[in-house]
Amino acid sequence: MTEVRSAEAVSQALNALIGSVGAAYEEPPLVVGLHTGGVWIAERLCQALGWDAPATLDISLYRDDFDTTGLKRSGLTEGMPSQLNGDHILLVDDVLYTGRTIRAALNVLFDYGRPGSIDLAILFDRGGRELPIEPRFLGQALGADGTGRCKLTGPEPLVLIAPRSE
Amino acid sequence: MHGPAALQLTADGRLKHLLTTEGLPKSLITELLDTAESFLSSQGQPVKKVPLLRGKTVVNLFFENSTRTRTTFDIAAHRLSADVVTLDIRTSSTAKGETLFDTLKNLEAMQADLFVVRHSAGGAPFFIANRVTPNIAVINAGDGTHAHPTQGLLDLMTIRKHKGDPSNLSVAIVGDLKHSRVARSLIHGLNGLGCQDIRAIGPGTLLPSDLPTLGVRTFHRLSDGLIGADVVVLLRLQKERMSSALLPSEREFFNLYGMTEERLKMADPEAIVMHPGPINRGVEISNEVADGPQAVILDQVTNGIAIRMAVMAMTISTQQDQA
Repeated sequence: MTEVRSAEAVSQALNALIGSVGAAYEEPPLVVGLHTGGVWIAERLCQALGWDAPATLDISLYRDDFDTTGLKRSGLTEGMPSQLNGDHILLVDDVLYTGRTIRAALNVLFDYGRPGSIDLAILFDRGGRELPIEPRFLGQALGADGTGRCKLTGPEPLVLIAPRSE
Repeated sequence: MHGPAALQLTADGRLKHLLTTEGLPKSLITELLDTAESFLSSQGQPVKKVPLLRGKTVVNLFFENSTRTRTTFDIAAHRLSADVVTLDIRTSSTAKGETLFDTLKNLEAMQADLFVVRHSAGGAPFFIANRVTPNIAVINAGDGTHAHPTQGLLDLMTIRKHKGDPSNLSVAIVGDLKHSRVARSLIHGLNGLGCQDIRAIGPGTLLPSDLPTLGVRTFHRLSDGLIGADVVVLLRLQKERMSSALLPSEREFFNLYGMTEERLKMADPEAIVMHPGPINRGVEISNEVADGPQAVILDQVTNGIAIRMAVMAMTISTQQDQA
């Protein structure tokens, strides 16, 4: 296990993300965090901006890799309104890679109704996209040093680690 | 591990069939309950159908009639986007003389992914699980008086949701335990989760003799067994028991064991009342208790769908990994 970004570096990226999100909205959107790292980021973001606590979303039933990797449970769906009807949503995740997790999350959101708009806030982008999905808000793009498998550990402190060398 | 528990697990301890709650390790029960809870949390969305098992085929093999259990398995499979085929075996091939084994081979040839089996003979789902082609999961939806593991799990889920970790709870099961696969599956599940105080209450004719070996204390008087219980599980009294002379009458049973508001006061004031359904009002339970604030009977039904979704997803997930 190696540290890809220290607690301090994670905190800097998070502050950059919070700054750009805060500057973009006049009215708070419905913030939705993806388990588990995205929930930690969404909670800190909402707290820093004085917004209501975020909703959380379990996307395990919408993943596209069930046939190859099987069931992966993430966490509970909590705080979602019973129906999305024109709501503006800010989807929050910790690390963006292929974009498949975000695709699954979009499908979940559309099973709640018809969102007015969906923005994406990501703490770290490690490249390697397989779908046409890009974040509107980004904490930091990982360079050549962070393109391998990595994962945010937390909730306190938040550190970005590489579970094993590839 | 050996015996029935071994047949339903892979070498590395994952669930490939669900045949019984007997011998299921605590970690696996907890994983099943956690998974069901996360599925339940996603059932609040307006479109309840999720794509997880799209393209998979679930075959209901009901050798014994059961509208309610079959319906909940149907809903669970449909919510996961699986295709569901229901074979009413009583009116199909078996009635024409085909053996169970040949029926099975035919269904395999139709490329099913999961069999939900209900049979009046204890052990039938084990027979099928033993002989089924690898990569097909088998779920026991009730076999004779032996086991009904998804019911046991949904009971555990309901207990955990309302009362927390079962290891510190007193659970009293009232009624006909002798013919109840529901009670047996719950007792094994409670033992798996480390419950220290399981009580059985009923007349001697309706309590099986092996209860003490399962760590269950038996009581013949409701007032003795109910004191301080956190969970009261009432079992359905089947009408046919009356004809077999195990009980004098329904009214006699209600007089001695029927749950009334007054009697429920002997249990813990915060106790929940459960029943696997269908309830016989005025036999096991009074109207006031059935419709009262302590009853969680309808919550059990909702949890049952989540549990069946979790079992289907986990067993199919394990099976395709073995492919």
